[in-house]
Amino acid sequence: MMSLLLPLAVLCPLAASIIVFLSAGRLSARAVGGVACGGVGLAALSAIMLATGLLAGPPGGVVHAQLWEWVRVSGFSADIVFTLDRISMVMILVVTVVGLLIHVYAARYMADDPGIARFFGCMTLFVAAMLVLVLASDLLCLFIGWEGVGLCSYLLIGFWHDDPANTAAARKAFFMTRIGDTALLCGLLLLATQAGSLRIEPILAATMAGLVPSFTLIAAASFVLVGALAKSAQIPFQTWLPDAMAGPTPTSALIHAATMVTAGIYLIARLHVLFAAAPVVMAVMAVTGALTLLVAACTALVQSDLKRILAWSTISQLGYMFLALGCGAWQAALFHLMTHACFKALLFLAAGAIIMRLGHEQDIFRMGGLRRTMPGLGVAFVAGASALAGLPVVTAGFYSKEMILAGVWGSRFMTPLSAHVLWATGLLGAFLTALYIFRCVFIVFAGEGKGAVSGGTPRLMAVPLACLTFLALFGGIIEMPDVIAPVHLFTALLSPSGHPSPMHEPGWTVLAGAIVPLAGLAVAWVLWGRTPAVMREMPQQAAIIRLARPGHGMDVLYDHIFVQPLRLLVWLTRRDVPDRLVAQAGWLTRSASIALAKTRKDILDTVARRTAIMTAEGSLLLGWMQNGRVRWYAGWVAGGLCVALAVVMLS
Amino acid sequence: MPVLSLNESLLFTSMLFSVGLAGMLVRRNLVFMLMSLDVMLNASAVLFVAAGARWHDASGQVMFLMILALAAVETSVGLAIILCLHAQGRPTLDADTGNLLRG
Repeated sequence: MMSLLLPLAVLCPLAASIIVFLSAGRLSARAVGGVACGGVGLAALSAIMLATGLLAGPPGGVVHAQLWEWVRVSGFSADIVFTLDRISMVMILVVTVVGLLIHVYAARYMADDPGIARFFGCMTLFVAAMLVLVLASDLLCLFIGWEGVGLCSYLLIGFWHDDPANTAAARKAFFMTRIGDTALLCGLLLLATQAGSLRIEPILAATMAGLVPSFTLIAAASFVLVGALAKSAQIPFQTWLPDAMAGPTPTSALIHAATMVTAGIYLIARLHVLFAAAPVVMAVMAVTGALTLLVAACTALVQSDLKRILAWSTISQLGYMFLALGCGAWQAALFHLMTHACFKALLFLAAGAIIMRLGHEQDIFRMGGLRRTMPGLGVAFVAGASALAGLPVVTAGFYSKEMILAGVWGSRFMTPLSAHVLWATGLLGAFLTALYIFRCVFIVFAGEGKGAVSGGTPRLMAVPLACLTFLALFGGIIEMPDVIAPVHLFTALLSPSGHPSPMHEPGWTVLAGAIVPLAGLAVAWVLWGRTPAVMREMPQQAAIIRLARPGHGMDVLYDHIFVQPLRLLVWLTRRDVPDRLVAQAGWLTRSASIALAKTRKDILDTVARRTAIMTAEGSLLLGWMQNGRVRWYAGWVAGGLCVALAVVMLS
Repeated sequence: MPVLSLNESLLFTSMLFSVGLAGMLVRRNLVFMLMSLDVMLNASAVLFVAAGARWHDASGQVMFLMILALAAVETSVGLAIILCLHAQGRPTLDADTGNLLRG
């Protein structure tokens, strides 16, 4: 029954997507929203049933569902096969439950859009692809989902395709992630040549047994890492995610905050055994994560667009997860992934509601005093912000961030890289996180009101916000540091058989992790909470901040490194420079061949002329023989016969 | 004991064949050419019968019957062609005038 339910979880959103796409323009907006929510809701229901079934079973038990055989040639095989284990169980719960809440919200948010069918078709297709990605136990099957979510992301970023800027953003996201996809495919093929199959278990088993040569292992791990970095918008690839905010807000919440960008985290957590065997790659991962964490947090500090602040904070939080993965604390990364999905979806949905009620105003400096006009949204947004900042004890973000910091503190590197430096970086990141998000909160909600506020928040949008607020505040208590209470439900959930790894973290590190966000909050209050005018307007006046602000530095750099050489090539092509070169080469070749031909001409000419003459004479003779007269033919037959007889007799 | 020995019959049939061949080559009249063709066929048929008599084998006579049928078919097709040409308004039976691929 369980293995029957597993494909059903994928099939429900897929069916909903097909129905919505095919009925585009024939169903009302309400019906479209209903079908989409129904599909995702059924998926969520089956995910919950699967989770309870899995938890009731033996520890370490998995659910297999082999659908069909895809490729079988000698030396390689690939199947469409789904496997539910503890890691993918966490992921399908996050994807379907958060996805369902966002769909319910979007059903109201997008109700007036003429393209609602296209929107929901893409959204549900995205959920289906994400479930394929998460459930696949064959890496080739996983790659289908990987490409599927990339496609849906592209379609949804460019959803309002009338504006060229939106389609440009969609193309940018597609290209950037495409680089990573290619790298991932390279890594997968490299693994396939070693293992003869892309099933995850045999690959991991072969890695553990040391059957894979270490060079191949490091190369494959690096390729997979590049793929994950591109999907999760980490440092060389971070530029696409802020531009991806061009899509509708529910899309930003679902794809670019809660689920798709975490695909890289999930993939690495899934293959953590492979990465554990390549410590160099792990170190690179940790450093990249820490670097992204700081850079993105600093960039978020000077943004003025509400959605862009959240986008940069997503990149920063993903940096946290990569830091944890690089330090080997993959459980912590998954835990943070889960809490992050809740509070970031909450922040995005609340921001979407605020933006909608302000008449599509996204600049935080044109907002203000919203705590009086929309108190409910204020509570939701502040709850999300607190969870993001990791305010101690009362928020989910605190516990997951603590777990990551503890994992980083306790990690050991073979390379001369101090875990304590990374820990300090993480702590600094936590401070910056609290600073930028509360800057945003104070500017948006404190002070006096500017701009007109219209309407109220519809109930269909308020209910998901309430659910997510609850999750963002209390979702973290299933895992606590030892200092507070020895609760390790999440770790026990992920590795039920293994004993929870003892993390010998001193009590003062937990204390530091608790104090730092509060310090950030205090500084934010000092800078933006009370002081009017001067500090507020600063970001628009200080030249250095203006330079740093749009995050365009990377774009300019990429433009010079990658785009301009291509432009030069195009220019060269347009001026026909290669063509001229080719023409010159052709002229040279021709003169050389003329010289060569002169020397050989006589011989060849003679031969050719003789051949021609003989051919002409032969054809004349044949033509004379074929004169059409029957008696002549009979004569030829008789003569030929005589000659043949004579040859036979004489030989 | 056959009336003619094999040598005599070989001589006879080759003479007959040569007469047929000569008739074929020198006559222009299509009807006479057909008759010469039949003479040549009959020469080979006689040779089959003689050989069958020499080696006491019935296959020679079977081959004679087959050649008879073949000659009948050949004559009828040839006569049909001549009639066809005549029906198209060709006034002559001269074989050498039909040397162009035009009906």
